[in-house]
Amino acid sequence: MLAVDVEKRLGQFSIAVRFETEAGVTALFGPSGAGKTSLVNMIAGLVEPDRGRIMIAGAVVFDSQGRINVPTHQRRIGYVFQEGRLFPHLSVAANLDYGRRMSGLTADPAETKRIVDLLDIGHLVDRRPGKLSGGERQRVAVGRALLMRPRLLLLDEPLAALDAARKREILPYLERLRDEVPMVYVSHHAGELRRVATSVVRIEAGRVSAIGGKELLEEADADAL
Amino acid sequence: MLDLTPDEWMAIRLSLRIALVATVVALPFGVAVAWLLARKEFWGKALLDGVIHLPLVLPPVVTGYLLLISFGRRGPIGAFLSEHFGIVFSFRWTGAALACGIMGFPLLVRPIRLAIEAVDRRLEQAAATLGANRLRVFATVTLPLALPGLIAGCVLCFAKALGEFGATITFVANIPGETQTISAAIYTFTQNPGGDAAALRLVLVAIAISLVALVLSEWLARRAGMRFHGE
Repeated sequence: MLAVDVEKRLGQFSIAVRFETEAGVTALFGPSGAGKTSLVNMIAGLVEPDRGRIMIAGAVVFDSQGRINVPTHQRRIGYVFQEGRLFPHLSVAANLDYGRRMSGLTADPAETKRIVDLLDIGHLVDRRPGKLSGGERQRVAVGRALLMRPRLLLLDEPLAALDAARKREILPYLERLRDEVPMVYVSHHAGELRRVATSVVRIEAGRVSAIGGKELLEEADADAL
Repeated sequence: MLDLTPDEWMAIRLSLRIALVATVVALPFGVAVAWLLARKEFWGKALLDGVIHLPLVLPPVVTGYLLLISFGRRGPIGAFLSEHFGIVFSFRWTGAALACGIMGFPLLVRPIRLAIEAVDRRLEQAAATLGANRLRVFATVTLPLALPGLIAGCVLCFAKALGEFGATITFVANIPGETQTISAAIYTFTQNPGGDAAALRLVLVAIAISLVALVLSEWLARRAGMRFHGE
């Protein structure tokens, strides 16, 4: 599904990571500052690796030797950011519709309704993002990313800004997404990954320290590693 | 008191037209330059920034004279434009609009640049992941979020254009009905014996126009700002 083999220097810090994933939910698990966000930014095309190759669903989106670097807007990768990043000047409905419009997809009201129902955000569509709670905002952000029909969904610490109650509120929705689209789920929190992940790539200090299944989450939270 | 003569009305209409055309024509250039200065690093950026701000610090007469020798009928740019496109600036109201646009340009660019710099780039990144190319990111995210700055820039440019005197009179003189704006008319009235009443009438009109423009921009900016905070 996703094949990553990249190197990147960021000041004193360096990232050199190589892994492949199948469909399902791949957890990128590791302590804060391990380079997980930089890695997903490279997958999304927001950060350019110094060297390497990234393939999504059989298509090369970055290859330093072949001088291929597909721009972000053509990669068709949904991205749910830690802070949601909803557009404050657009209604929730316009936020949800944004990816479809920009990607040139035809409107599909049935699909929109299905996703809106899946995430329970139907009662929010007429509001502005500024009026949403943190949990509502993240659900809308997930819906917005899904409605552009991505080949891959990246979630970067989607629950980190939420308190424990809000986390418990959202996790069931994320579990429901497992069959929707392949996902890469970044977190330093083993608890939430235990519920959604199907495979685990553990990252420490810019390197892959282990690849496997959920047993890698058993020890503890990554920040306690 | 405000019983305006046809000549005075003409100066008012002309001023409004010149200021409006100057602002509207300068706006796309202003947005492009503001975006370049806010978001791009390139060779000569400091120079561009300096050249744009020159009209703010130069004596207006100098700017007017530079316009005269470059955009005048015999000036290199003026001769080219009149020969190939039939556009003539010298001693026309279009020349007044050009002078006003250039004098107002730094005031137009600055608020727009600051507003674009203040737009959260992470929102632009989010738009890119959703399939928007750079132009559409700009049109659907950057520009709407910078709208209050755009309004502020337009008002400042319009106000500057309305009050511009030195560069305009140097470049296109003071021809009633063609280049005699409110400012130039007031100046003419004060030079003539018995012109005080007419000058005062135009002064009141100038104050009224400026106040209306200020109130209108405040209202527009507040509406634009409100949209982000969801009412």
